[in-house]
Amino acid sequence: MPEVFTSFTSKIIPLPAENVDTDQIIPARFLKTTDKSGLADALFRDWRYEEDGSPKAAFVLNRPEMDGRQVLLAGDNFGCGSSREHAPWALTAWGIRAVISSSCADIFRNNALKNGLLPIVVDRATHQRLFDMLATDPELEVTVDLAAQAVHLPTDEDIPFEVDPFARQMLLEGTDEIGWLMARQSAIDAWEAAHPPRVDTRPA
Amino acid sequence: MTSQPRTIVDKIWDEHVVIEEPGAPAILGIDLHLVHEVTSPQAFDGLRRRGLTVQHPERTIATADHSTPTHDRSLPILDQQAAFQVAQLARNCEEFGIPLYGLGSDRQGIVHVIGPELGLTQPGMTIVCGDSHTATHGAFGALAIGIGTSEVEMVLATQTLLQRKPRSFEVRVDGRLSPGVTAKDVILALIAQIGVGGGTGHVFEYGGEAIRALTMEERMTICNMSIEGGARAGLIAPDETTFAYVDGRPHAPKGAADWTAAVERWRNLPSDEGAVHARSVTIDASALEPMITYGTNPGMGMGISAAVPSPDDAADESGRRALERALEYMDLSAGEPLLGHKVDIVFIGSCTNSRIGDLRQAAALMKGRHVASDLRVMVVPGSQQVKAAAEREGLADIFRAAGAEWREAGCSMCIAMNGDQGAPGQYIVSTSNRNFEGRQGKGARTFLASPLTAAATALAGVVTDPRRMMDA
Repeated sequence: MPEVFTSFTSKIIPLPAENVDTDQIIPARFLKTTDKSGLADALFRDWRYEEDGSPKAAFVLNRPEMDGRQVLLAGDNFGCGSSREHAPWALTAWGIRAVISSSCADIFRNNALKNGLLPIVVDRATHQRLFDMLATDPELEVTVDLAAQAVHLPTDEDIPFEVDPFARQMLLEGTDEIGWLMARQSAIDAWEAAHPPRVDTRPA
Repeated sequence: MTSQPRTIVDKIWDEHVVIEEPGAPAILGIDLHLVHEVTSPQAFDGLRRRGLTVQHPERTIATADHSTPTHDRSLPILDQQAAFQVAQLARNCEEFGIPLYGLGSDRQGIVHVIGPELGLTQPGMTIVCGDSHTATHGAFGALAIGIGTSEVEMVLATQTLLQRKPRSFEVRVDGRLSPGVTAKDVILALIAQIGVGGGTGHVFEYGGEAIRALTMEERMTICNMSIEGGARAGLIAPDETTFAYVDGRPHAPKGAADWTAAVERWRNLPSDEGAVHARSVTIDASALEPMITYGTNPGMGMGISAAVPSPDDAADESGRRALERALEYMDLSAGEPLLGHKVDIVFIGSCTNSRIGDLRQAAALMKGRHVASDLRVMVVPGSQQVKAAAEREGLADIFRAAGAEWREAGCSMCIAMNGDQGAPGQYIVSTSNRNFEGRQGKGARTFLASPLTAAATALAGVVTDPRRMMDA
């Protein structure tokens, strides 16, 4: 069952690459698992580790000061590519709770919201400004407040963001979507009664 | 009373909305759910944890394709994790009563190949699958959406999906394709034009003279890569070509009365005159040449005779950085032509280009010729049915005689999680859909192209324009 999404304060991990695809977030060879857990080490695997398993010092997640940070500031179109939900599973397993970008891929956004990972989309100017602020002050700390739909800066400035109101409510209340749907079973039954099945998949 | 002109997406959407409460996404009824071994185990576990059953196992179909080896099927799967995952799919289907075309079935294959083959994919339907290439089924005028594992669980449990209505994005392909230029080149050209995020939040509706002239298999190639342009779905209004393809397939409407009623329903699907699309783009088919990608996302594509672009010509700083990084990974230089570039592997397969028509095109070029030395050429049919047809027609013999590997059906080197993969630094001309870093093996470098370009390259051993090898 989902947990209630609470407001939190964190420093930021900068990842300026654009179009970060889900094959980079978690390579396909880690998709042979039948579990959701244990994917923290697979996160950004090939950007993060050498062939022999030693960490690549230049990659941002390997810098010791990044440990414990919960906000990823990523380039445009984050999470494009495959539908693998292993991407948000790996991000949250590492400890990421929000991804800020100027846009997120559709399926990734849906998958993230269902796993307590908040995709925060800001306009391009704000997006660039956050990178600039981080360049000046790498220790910049922000508060992510979903209830207020704002990222709070230490300067007392708020960066507002849009989020699907339904997803917001589900996250803030920790509501399970399948349970929510099943409470509407009578409507589903009525629709099914009026909409005959199009196919029967049992061998013809 | 006059009603507002509607797009095909509007029509399918309206028919499938169960309810839409204020502030909430629509509850969308789902006609068909396709399941495979990689994105479903955690969903079935969720059902068990909740003590739920599958609402409509008879609207659900499963196959094993992603992590399945494409070598001799009489041999066991050596990768223990993959073996467990494939066995787990069989156990889950057994427990929940879902029809499975598993390994050993003569109907096994890539999920997006077997749905249409079985006649399960039909116009006007809502179709989902835990796979981003589900848009393939949109070729039939169905609203086919790729979903994540939580959504797979949701559909298994309720046969509905919570969904916000996507906006319609019209892609008009005017004119006619020149010989040697294929559906794959059209979709690569579109993505190169609008970028990999260009269709985010939208559904592509492909139309125009060039689209109408395509076969169903070619239309599937185009719809398949909608996600590579950022769109979660893409579709083509059904027409006589569509109906002729569906007619007579195992799960097509049976009997004259049912068939006629279905076709009558399907004829109402095309967008109304004057229907409004949120966005629109036009492509001139006659101006296209075979396409090839040079970078690390499917939007980094160009005409095969063009030169690799320079990061200095990028529109902005982040575009420059992205291209620089891509060229570094690909070990290519700005201004370099790709024609004549050495290649190590040619892969013909994937849900984009593994159907019988794709194999016929490749075989027509390779017939009586031999692939270049020091080159590995893999031909992986999309399904056991495609494999059998290709063997009956003599295509398999042509590939084998040419020195190519003829393998069992599956996703294979498209996603490279079944052992079929390139080595670090190798160049692969691939008919698949993604050229992301490491997609076809850690450190491997992908050039996406059509089956014709792949076949021509296989013969020459270097990137080759297929038109130079085609009979006049």
